[in-house]
Amino acid sequence: MADMPAFDYHIDIPGTTIFDGKQAMKGYALNKMCYSFNRAENREAFKADEEAFMEKYGLNDQQKEAIRKRDVLGLIEAGGNIYYLAKFAGIFGLSVQDVGGLQTGMSTDEFKDYLKSQA
Amino acid sequence: MAKILGGITTSHIPAVGNAIQKELYDDPYWKPFFDGYPKIHQWIQDHKPDYVINIYNDHGLGFFLDKMPTFAIGAAHEYRNEDEGWGLPSLDPFPGAPELSWHIIESMVADEFDITSCQELPVDHGFVVPMQLFWPGAPHHPDMPRTVPISANTVQHPIPTLKRALAFGRALRKALLSFPEEDAKIVVLGTGGLSHQLDGQRAGFINKEFDQYCLENIVHNPDELTKITRMELVEKAGAQGTEFLMWMMMRGALGDDVTEITRNYHIPISNTASGTLLLECAA
Ligand SMILES: [Fe+2]
Repeated sequence: MADMPAFDYHIDIPGTTIFDGKQAMKGYALNKMCYSFNRAENREAFKADEEAFMEKYGLNDQQKEAIRKRDVLGLIEAGGNIYYLAKFAGIFGLSVQDVGGLQTGMSTDEFKDYLKSQA
Repeated sequence: MAKILGGITTSHIPAVGNAIQKELYDDPYWKPFFDGYPKIHQWIQDHKPDYVINIYNDHGLGFFLDKMPTFAIGAAHEYRNEDEGWGLPSLDPFPGAPELSWHIIESMVADEFDITSCQELPVDHGFVVPMQLFWPGAPHHPDMPRTVPISANTVQHPIPTLKRALAFGRALRKALLSFPEEDAKIVVLGTGGLSHQLDGQRAGFINKEFDQYCLENIVHNPDELTKITRMELVEKAGAQGTEFLMWMMMRGALGDDVTEITRNYHIPISNTASGTLLLECAA
């Protein structure tokens, strides 16, 4: 796919991926799968056979690998949007602090302390 | 004609729903947060609004990326709260006000806001948590007003500008004031924010200074905030702090002359700097 130029997103915000049209196209299948996790039967089907479920939604290899590794930063890189990814994380009972820790290399408690330190 | 009593903003963090269910009001972690609400309860009890316009942002329950409305207005008889993927118990449906919905839709489109109307719209924590905070026991609170949800896109860029959000609110004001129900009393909610970021290496980012700047200006000087560009908003409020757009939409609906009744600000609740604000409109 040709590189789609972003519109007014010229500034670089370290550690932040702007979820724009480019990311939304890249991550469509992944996000669609995660959106399906709103329904309990889809969460169960995923747990029963992850590979078949990913195949059904047409995830690419990069997305499949990041799902297998529970690699949140990898999922974002592969076009995942955090609101849909939160539903994936929910399958494993992960809170947003757990997910924050996973992305920043902190334990959940360290991440909570970091949040408090900004008060 | 209808009357706008005021506007109330609050963060709408999913964990709050859980804390309410467990009644953690006096828990040391939660107390500074829940302490922000009794004054709001009193105000609501004193004024008993008939309608609540709930301006929130959907987080992947009502809308997916297949169709992503920039501004969507509910036009249903009721709004169902559904499982967002975490298997939490859902609340009972919230009663709608379709005649007010269609009045708003007609007025907004006549005013050149090209909105999306929704006769079915499942509502997520962004809508229900504020209802639970302001009307404990919602939707079964005895004074529960009928509702019109309005959702703005903050999931996918391009998101609306702060300037457009404020203008949307001002057009909404016109719509509400022209609703031909004698003495209808309306309250407007703006939910979400304040600063927070859930994703990326910058997850956990909170910006007290910027939040305070927004809180100061939104009361009497909201136009000042329209100078903030969208990327600046992401940078300063965090990727999900863009939900401040809902506060701007609410603010626009209140007119120039407002009185601040109460505010609260606390870091952190979950990953978020939580904020709440009650502004009363001049009689
Ligand atoms: Fe939110």
